[in-house]
Amino acid sequence: MDAIFLQILNGLDKGGAYALIALGLTLIFGTLGVVNFAHGALFMLGAFCAVTVNKVITLSAKVRDESVTFFEAYKDVPYLEMWLGDTGSLIIDWSIPISLVVAIPVMLGVGLAMERGLIRHFYKRPHADQILVTFGLAIVLQEIVKAFYGANPIPQTAPDFFSGTVNLGALIGMDLTYPTWRLVYFIFSMGIIAAVFSFLQFTTFGMVVRAGMADRETVQLLGINITKRFSIVFGLAAVVSGLAGLMYTPILPPDYHMGMDFLVLSFVVVVVGGMGSLPGAVAAGFLLGILQSLASMTEVKSIFPGIDQIIIYLIAMIVLLVRPRGLMGRKGVMED
Amino acid sequence: MAKSTITPRSDLTLFLGFTAVVLLMPLWLQPFGAAYPDLMQKFAIFGLFAIGFNILFGQTGYLSFGHAAFIGVGSYATVWVFKLMTMNVIPAMIFGVLVSGVFALVIGFVCLRRTGIYFSILTLALAQMSYNLAYSVLTPITNGETGLQLTTKDPRLLDAAMDAGAGIPPTNVFGIEMSAWDGLFGFYFCAAFLILGFYISIRITRSSFGSMLRGIKTNQTRMMYTGLNTKPYKLAAFVISGMYAGLAGSLMAAVDPLAGAERMQWTASGEVVLMTILGGIGTLVGPVIGAAVIKYAENIFSAIDKSVLVELFSFMPDVIGSGLATVTSLFVGKGWHLTLGILFMLVVIYLPGGIMEGIERIKRRLFGKDHASNDA
Repeated sequence: MDAIFLQILNGLDKGGAYALIALGLTLIFGTLGVVNFAHGALFMLGAFCAVTVNKVITLSAKVRDESVTFFEAYKDVPYLEMWLGDTGSLIIDWSIPISLVVAIPVMLGVGLAMERGLIRHFYKRPHADQILVTFGLAIVLQEIVKAFYGANPIPQTAPDFFSGTVNLGALIGMDLTYPTWRLVYFIFSMGIIAAVFSFLQFTTFGMVVRAGMADRETVQLLGINITKRFSIVFGLAAVVSGLAGLMYTPILPPDYHMGMDFLVLSFVVVVVGGMGSLPGAVAAGFLLGILQSLASMTEVKSIFPGIDQIIIYLIAMIVLLVRPRGLMGRKGVMED
Repeated sequence: MAKSTITPRSDLTLFLGFTAVVLLMPLWLQPFGAAYPDLMQKFAIFGLFAIGFNILFGQTGYLSFGHAAFIGVGSYATVWVFKLMTMNVIPAMIFGVLVSGVFALVIGFVCLRRTGIYFSILTLALAQMSYNLAYSVLTPITNGETGLQLTTKDPRLLDAAMDAGAGIPPTNVFGIEMSAWDGLFGFYFCAAFLILGFYISIRITRSSFGSMLRGIKTNQTRMMYTGLNTKPYKLAAFVISGMYAGLAGSLMAAVDPLAGAERMQWTASGEVVLMTILGGIGTLVGPVIGAAVIKYAENIFSAIDKSVLVELFSFMPDVIGSGLATVTSLFVGKGWHLTLGILFMLVVIYLPGGIMEGIERIKRRLFGKDHASNDA
C-alpha cells in the first residue's frame, strides 16, 4: 500500500510537468487555433534559462588555494563569493528560484516574438502547415541550444534548503519519504495552474479572452482587438511551459532534446484530455503522470513486461477509440 | 495542376525520363561528387520511402508522423530471414514487405478512425510505442540498443543445406553479391525497385482508386454523403504506403544487413515528411527529388568541418574570415540539422508546394501561363 502511495506521489511531479505543457498547448490551441509543435522547445528554453543564469552567477576566477601548502594549487571561486562572501554563496545556491525572475520576461519575449514573427502568418493555413512550420522551428531552436551548450545534459542543483527528502507519511502513520524538490515542483505546478485559471476566470482580460475563445468574430465586432490579446495569451503559454521546464531542471538534467521528449507526451496528454479543454489538459496530465509511475512498479512490470514504456500511448489509443473527443473534449473542436 | 496535359503518352514520357535519369545517376552525379554507390543507394531507398509516404500524405491528405516504424519493421523482418533462412535478399525482402504490410494494416485500422491532427498524434504515439518496445521488451527480437546483426552462429537453414561456408556470407541476389560491380550492383538493385515503385505510384495516381484518394483529401464528408464508404480506400492507401516504407527498410537491410531501433524514431518520421514537403506534396517526382536533395545536402554539409571553412575564408582579412568561419560552422558538420530546420521552415513558409512548385513558377514566368506543365 505504501508503495502505491509512493508511486502516486512520484507521478505527481511528472504529471505536473505534463499538465503545464499541455495547459500551454491547449491555451494556444483554444485561442489561436494553432497546433504548436514548438511548444516542447519552449519547455527546453525555460530549462536553459536556468542553466544560463547559473552559468552567469557562477562566473569564476582562478584563485590560489591556501589550504594546499605542498604545491601551488588553484581553485575556481565565483566572483559573487569573492565580492559578497556568504551572501554570494547564498545567491548561487538559490540560482534556480532567481532564474525564475529572469525567465518570465525572457519567455514572454520569446513567445511574443514567435507569435508575431511566425505563427501569425499561419492562422489561415491548414493545420498540416502549422504542424510542419512549428516542427521546423522546434528543430531550429533545439539545434541553436545544442550549438551553444553542447549535447550533454547539464545537471542543476536545487537550493540546499530543498534538497534531501521529507517524510510525508509521518502525519498519517505511513512511511513515505519523498524528495523535497519534487514536492516543491508539484506545489509550484498547482500554483501556476491556479494562477492561469484565475487569470482567465476573474480578470476582465481573461473574460475577454474566454469570450474570444467561444466566438472570436462577435468579440471583434464589439470593437475589441482580440488578436492583440491572443498574442499575449501565446506569450503567457510560453511563460507557463518555460517555467515548467526551468523548475524541472533539478529533477532531470536539461539537454537539447528534452523538449521533444516531453512534447510528444504532452500532445498525447492534450488529446487524452480533449483538444481545447483546459481542465481536461490538467487532469489528463496528472492522470498520465501517475499512471506512468504506477506502471513502472516492479510488481506491475513482472505481470506486463515493458508496460512502463508504452502505458501512455496505450491509454491514448484506448481513449481515442472509446471517447474520440478525449476525456473532456468539447464538440466541434478540431473535427474538420 | 493543369488537367489538359495529362495523357497516357505524357505519363509514359515521364516514366521513361525518370527511368533514364535514375539509371544514368552514376554518370551525371559524377560532377556533383555524389556518384558513389552508398549515397546513390540512399537516394533510391529514401526516394522509395518518400513516394510511399506521398501516397498517404500527398494523395489522401493524412499526415502520418510515425511512418519510420514501418521502415524499422521491414528491416527487422528482413534481417531475421537473413539469420534464419538465406542470405538471398529476394525472399527476405518479400517477407519484410509482407510483415510491414500486416503491421500497417493493424496500425492503420486503429489510427484511421480519426482524422487531421488526431491522426498525426495517433501515428506518432504508435510509432513511439514501437520504438520504445523495440528498445525494451522486444530485445529478444530486436537485440535492443545494439541492433540486430548477423552472427556466425545463425542457422541460415537454406544456405546451410546447399553450402556450409565459414564466416558470414554477404547478402546476394541468386549468387550475385550486393557489392558486385564495385558496389554498383547494389545501387542498380535499389534503383530497379525505385523505378518499379515510381511506376506503381503513377498507375495509382491515374487510376480511379487514385481519384478516390484525392476525393477523400479534398472533402471526405462529401464523399461519404454520396454513399461511399471511404474506410477501405484510406486503409488501402495506408497499407500501400506502409509497404513502400517496409520495402525501403528491407532494401536498407539488404545493402547493409543490420537493423536498429533508431530507424523507427520519430525524427526519422519527421525526415520523410520533410522530404515530401521539400520536393512537392502530391506530385509524382517531387518526393524523390526531395529525398535526393536532403540526402545529398546531408552528405555534403555534415562532411564540412571548421578547418575546411577556415580554408575557404582564408582569402579574407583574418578577423572577418575567422568570424565568418565561426558563424557558418554552426550550420555545417554536426550542426547540419540547424540548416535542415531552417530550410524546412523556409520551404513551408514561402514555397508550400516544394521544389516542384518552384520549378512551375519559374516555368510560368519564362513561358507564360499556357505552358504550365502537368502535375508530374
